[in-house]
This record gives sequence, C-alpha cells and structure tokens, in this order.
Amino acid sequence: MSAALSVTDLRTAFGGKRDPIRALQGVSFELNSGETLVLLGESGSGKSVTIRSIMRLYGKTTDIGGSVRLDGRELMTLPEGEMRKIRGRSIGLVPQDPTGALDPLRSIGSQLVEMLRANGMATSRSAAKARALELLDAVGIPDPKRVARSRPHQLSGGMRQRAVIAIAVSCEPAVLVADEPTTALDVTIQAQVLEIFLDLQRRLGMAMILVTHDVGVAEEVGGTIGVMYAGRLVEVGPAAAVLASPRHPYTRGLLESLPRPGIKRGELPVIAGRPPLTGERIPGCPFSPRCPLAQPECRIERPPLILVEENRLAACPIVGHAAGQDLREKVSA
Amino acid sequence: MSALLEAQGLTKTFGNGVRAVSSVNLAVDAGETLGIVGESGCGKSTTAKMLLRLLDADEGGIYFDGAEVTHAKGKALKNLRKRLQVVPQNPQTSLNPRVTVRSSLEFAMRVQGYQRGARAKRIPELLSRVGLDPSYAERYPHQMSGGQLQRVAIARALSTEPDVVICDEAVSALDKSVQAQVLNLLVELQRDLKVAYVFISHDLGVVEHFADRVAVMYLGRVVEEAGAAELWANPKHPYTQTLISSTPGRADKRMVLTGELPNPANPPSGCGFRTRCPVVVDQCASTWPALNVVGRKHFVSCVHHLDVAKPPEEEVARAS
Repeated sequence: MSAALSVTDLRTAFGGKRDPIRALQGVSFELNSGETLVLLGESGSGKSVTIRSIMRLYGKTTDIGGSVRLDGRELMTLPEGEMRKIRGRSIGLVPQDPTGALDPLRSIGSQLVEMLRANGMATSRSAAKARALELLDAVGIPDPKRVARSRPHQLSGGMRQRAVIAIAVSCEPAVLVADEPTTALDVTIQAQVLEIFLDLQRRLGMAMILVTHDVGVAEEVGGTIGVMYAGRLVEVGPAAAVLASPRHPYTRGLLESLPRPGIKRGELPVIAGRPPLTGERIPGCPFSPRCPLAQPECRIERPPLILVEENRLAACPIVGHAAGQDLREKVSA
Repeated sequence: MSALLEAQGLTKTFGNGVRAVSSVNLAVDAGETLGIVGESGCGKSTTAKMLLRLLDADEGGIYFDGAEVTHAKGKALKNLRKRLQVVPQNPQTSLNPRVTVRSSLEFAMRVQGYQRGARAKRIPELLSRVGLDPSYAERYPHQMSGGQLQRVAIARALSTEPDVVICDEAVSALDKSVQAQVLNLLVELQRDLKVAYVFISHDLGVVEHFADRVAVMYLGRVVEEAGAAELWANPKHPYTQTLISSTPGRADKRMVLTGELPNPANPPSGCGFRTRCPVVVDQCASTWPALNVVGRKHFVSCVHHLDVAKPPEEEVARAS
C-alpha cells in the first residue's frame, strides 16, 4: 500500500540561480491516513518551508526540487490549475495567524460557504449554509449562527482560529497541514483548540503535519516527531520515545535547555552558539559548530539520516555508531 | 522594611472604557525577582508601563526606595529612569537600526550624565558582562542575531547601574536554545549586581524557573500571589490552577476552561473570572474578593479561600 503523502528529497531554494538561499536541503518522509507528523524546530530550521513547498505556495523565483506524492500522484509536476484543485480540497491548511487567513470584509459563514461550493461539497446554497453551521459546531463554537454572521474582527483570536480550522477541514481533505496552529493563542485557549484539532483529525482519519517550536505541544499531539535543523530532518521517531530519550545531540540539547522543575536558577544546560540562519552554509554537519560530541570528521561530511534503533532515525554518525555498538553487544551477550 | 519598588492600588482605565488595571498592589525587594503572569489582555504590560512611568496611573501610588514617584517630574523622574530600567520584548525594534551598538549604549549613559571617559571605559565592560565580544560595539543591529541583540538590550539597561530592571517578555521572542543562555545570564547578573527584576511573561515554565515570587493577573487584577515554588505546588485560585494545568505537555491533569476572556470594557459583575470558573457560586456575582492570606506570603482573591487564620500584621498590611 502506498502512503497518503510521500515526500522524497524535497529541496527548496529562494532567490534565483546565483547565490540562492537553500532553505530546505533534502527532506523525506511518508505519512499514512490517520497518522501525524510533528515537525519540531527553531526559527529558520525549515519547518514552515517544508509545508509551504508541499503545497507549492511559492512563486516562480523559488526553486523547489524533489518529489511530493499524494495518494501516488506526483504534485511537483502538476499544472498550476490542477494544483489549485488539490489545495483546500485534498490538502487543508491551518496557518499560524488566523487574522491574515480570513477575509476581513466578509462574514465567517460566507467564507465557509464559498469554500464548500467551490469544491463541490454542497449541491445548493442552503445545503452549504447548513453544512457551514455544522462545521462551526464541530470546532466547538458555542453559537454557530451568530459566529456565521460575524466578521473576523468581531471574534476573539481563539474563535477566529476555530473558524479557520472549520474552513480547513470543510472539504474533508486527505492531508491537513497546520503551521503553529496554537502559537498565537493564550495557553488556556491553546489547550481547548488543540483538543478540538486532534479530535477532528481522529474522526476524519486525516493524515496531519503539524509544525511547532513548542516541545509541550509536540508531546501532546504525539504521533511521529521529526526534529528539523538547518533545513533538514536530524531526528525522526515516535513522539514519546524521542522526547524521553533523544538520540541526536541537537534534540538532546534542545530538551535539556527547557526550564523545568529540579533545575537550579541560572544553571539551565545550554547549547552554545546560535541556531543557523535560513540557508546559512556550514560545512559538514550543520550542528557540528555547537555540538558537544563533534569530531573532526563531522566538519567535513554531512551525515545522512540513519537507523539507530527500531523506528528511530538520527543524522549523526557518532550516536549512530554508539547505538550500533550497543546492539552488537546485546547480540553477543 | 519597606520594599524597593512598590505599587499600591494602581488603576488605569483607557479612553475607550477598557479598565486595563484595577487596584493592583505589588512590591519588589532589592535583589529579588517578581514574576507577573497572565494571558494577553490581563494588564501585565500596562502595569509595567505604569511602574516605568511611561503611562500615568489614574489612581494609586508608586514608591521607589521609600519616595513617592507617582507624579515625579524633571530631575526626580530622570533619576528614577536611571535606577529603574527596562528590557523590552523585541530588540529588533527597541534598538535603533541606524546606529551602532556603541551609539545605543553611549546615548543611554550620556542622558544620565556619564562623562565621556567613563562611557568609553564602560562600553567594553558592559559587552563582556553580557557575554559579547567588545568588538560588537561597532556592529549595527542587522548584523546580529536575536539572542545577541537581546544581550545588547540587557547591556543598555544595565549601563546606568539600575536597582530594578523590568523585563517585559524579554526572552519570549528568542529560540529555546538561546532563551536558556539569556535566562542564565540574567541570573548571573542578578547574583553579581544585586539587581531586582520584575519579570513579565506568559510562559509559565520560564517564570516557575526564574522568579522568586509570582503574581497571577486576570482581567486587570492580581488574583493570586505567592512564592514560585509554593504557587506551583499549591495553587489556590481556580484560574491559577487552570493556567498551570494548561501548560502544554501536562495533558494528564488538564482542566480545560470553557469560555473566553470577557471584554475588559464590559466586565462581568463581581469576580471577573466567574464566567469561566469551574467552581463558581452565587456569591461570585456580587463582589470581587480582596486578596486574602491563605498561607505564608500566599494571597488569593477567591470566595473559596477567605482568611484561614488571623494572619500576622505585616502580611495583612501587604495584602490589603
């Protein structure tokens, strides 16, 4: 069986042929229906670029290479007109900022109806209106009729984000991509919205890619975590396992640097240096300048993602080697 | 002993009828860190602006080192600015993009009357102090990363040798791996320079780690105040409890609130939290209770937590 979404060696470069900014440097993963991939990383790591590249949301000056297959169908070579039918209909998007995603001049209801009608999800206007109210109810909006009549500025941030989620799932897409969907919300609202989100995904059986910089959100969403650094995946594995026992030195450093009970004030473990800028050129392993385990060879060759144990990938030859040794020891014992 | 920086009954209503802050009492002792947490619109930044005298309070008083500064003007205000500094959220906008780091630091000191020789001597010291190479003095903001710029903003705040620094979401814009570096730096500076912080943040994990005492704000009021360890171990106010349980990653004991923040221009009668409160009772609609003492230096404003015992006099004075 082929995966719902399969991404192979995705490469994205901005700014033309001469001296391009290589924001994405070979990202590959597969996702089945009902599965979730959380892309976790800091600013400039390429999380958002990954999902925007999958949806081909960049203009002509951006060079996207590699392959993206949706149910076996290649998206990278589709004519723009065909791609437009994929967006919204087969791949739904929930952006970070709901205010920018909604038309400020039109009611929430009419924006939902437009989406449903344009994608053939409702045979008549009245059917579309009825469906719109159902959707608003499904995302936990207490008074769907009032909200359907409201314009975005009349709603709170949490309500707006729910409306955007309703629009994104209105066509029951095979894949839902969400770019920091709860980052702009307050924590008490964040918890509500995240719950609704995960519930909808389960009910509709969508494959989901969720982008976040928040380890707590990643933990709650679960599924598979892909940790991104400098435009590539550096660690992939089941969420609980990655967060409990990270393999890649970057993941380890990131998790250790979070404030948590038991760490004395002023003694947070830190990763030295700073995250690389988007497309910054670093020879060898991009994490090597900050890595506590770095060896001279790390600065020469770029390590590939390798299997370090069952279901766990990491782009680090040092931990990969150590893990291999453990396995061999186990076998001989 | 009276506190170094103290606010009593601070109230601010904006022209559009929004009562951003109502009767807020806060006190910061020398060398300690007071955290203020709350969601957007709870009045934490408005409180900070009033403490900094960037906004005038409608009611209430602000006291610095024993002297009232609520309406300080001229020389007194300038002297206050020297001793009470700020590190704003976004260094990309708080530093002038057209001048070098040296000029930014120079300006802050020149205004406060530091002589040329003293300024020239202090700039490399300040930069090393915040973990930057002195050569960064010649750089412009666009040549530096967010973490480096925030270090410059901290250096600028420290340049006038302040007693209190107000950090308004000072680490929120930074990547997590850089945030830890800056938090460690702030702790180190406090240890060496005995500076007090008012640390405003929406990130509970950071405040729990960083603050000695924490005030929780909701709809313009402080609803709970306690030592950081005490607050997390033993939160009393239902809002504090939900806030702590809403932190991502604590889904196991999550309390999810139903409603949303009420419109601050048209707040509910009585307790502002009652529209979302899981343990609301009839009484809540009539008054918003004052902060009551429920433990050692632990104050809560909730009808479910009225005074447990007759408290010592000193604490009553602070709670009222």
